[in-house]
Amino acid sequence: MDLLKRQKAPIVDEAWQQIDEEARRVLKLHLAGRKVVDFSGPHGWQLGGVNTGRLEHIEKGPIENVSHAVRNVLPLVELRVPITLPILELDYAGRGATDLDLDPVILAAESVARAEDDAIFHGFEHAKITGMIQASPHTPIEVRSAQAWPSAVSAAKKVLRMAGVNGPYALAMGMEAYEEVMADGDDGYPLRKRLQERAEQGSLIWAPALQEGAVLLSTRGGDYELTVGQDLSLGYASHDRSNVELYLTESFTFRVLEDKACILLRRVS
Amino acid sequence: MFPGMSSETYHEPIELLSEDTKNTHRAIVSLKEELEAIDWYQQRAEACTDDELRSILIHNKNEEVEHALMTLEWLRRKNPVFAANIETYLNSSGPVTEVEEKVTGGGGESAGPSSGASSASLGIGSLKGMK
Repeated sequence: MDLLKRQKAPIVDEAWQQIDEEARRVLKLHLAGRKVVDFSGPHGWQLGGVNTGRLEHIEKGPIENVSHAVRNVLPLVELRVPITLPILELDYAGRGATDLDLDPVILAAESVARAEDDAIFHGFEHAKITGMIQASPHTPIEVRSAQAWPSAVSAAKKVLRMAGVNGPYALAMGMEAYEEVMADGDDGYPLRKRLQERAEQGSLIWAPALQEGAVLLSTRGGDYELTVGQDLSLGYASHDRSNVELYLTESFTFRVLEDKACILLRRVS
Repeated sequence: MFPGMSSETYHEPIELLSEDTKNTHRAIVSLKEELEAIDWYQQRAEACTDDELRSILIHNKNEEVEHALMTLEWLRRKNPVFAANIETYLNSSGPVTEVEEKVTGGGGESAGPSSGASSASLGIGSLKGMK
């Protein structure tokens, strides 16, 4: 038995497979940060923090003439989203049903993906995570219309290049910005293609956690690192006669190693 | 394509393969080469009749072991299924064929993306390069 305690759940194997598959599908669709940052792990539950190699000096320690410094460590944050499913519905899988109603799994996967990406892009103070947008020293570029996206991406790319940040680049776009680009055409030529050309055939990534617009970042490696302890997993919490409560969990932290490697493109009206 | 390149062993059209898959292919080919070299050095050292040459061949063989493990570690870091299996089997004790059962308490496979009631992660790992 391990921390996930899945063997304790009154769930037939066929249902577990459908639950896992659905969670996997939604997570891969929604997770945007993992598509553009370096990944370290999974290191398992035992990893509690990441060594930054830095010291935090204490001005005045308790003993005179003894200097005190504390090692700077980034603690891993654990996410957990509960999922309640009716046992009767799950049992249908054992009878051959392949279309279980797994909406609670979808919602949980969306929530966890949003939380991970929010930490990557915007930070999470309690876990000492600084997001890539927070860390970026570059002045955001304003995008005043859908047609302004290609020139904004060109300008953003120039800023990164001037800062010594080479490509390849990826453009992570918030939900509204992404839909705006996908829907629009510029003189009959799809905006999406024009944007990809400006980003040197870089990836356009759908990133629902981004709310202000988009982020252009380098994916050359060595700039951003997501460290995962326990990778995204489904565990068992409890059950009664009617329902079983599962949860979706993971442990991770995120580090910005080169703060100049991204720039925000802010959509303004 | 240049003759003799490892990419000749691709089994699908290269344009359909992601950077991640191509790099994993390179690592697996390298690992195979290192393991093959260990085997060759082992045989040569055993058959060799010169003591000094034998010690060099054994030294070289041990170097290849290091190379193989470095490549395996790269695969572990990149691939959660490798990671889960390595966690299960490496540094375990008792009969190897019983390790999995010990880890899962008889609950099924322990490694890789979960199946049934097993306790592995969903195997998401890195998605870098995926659109």
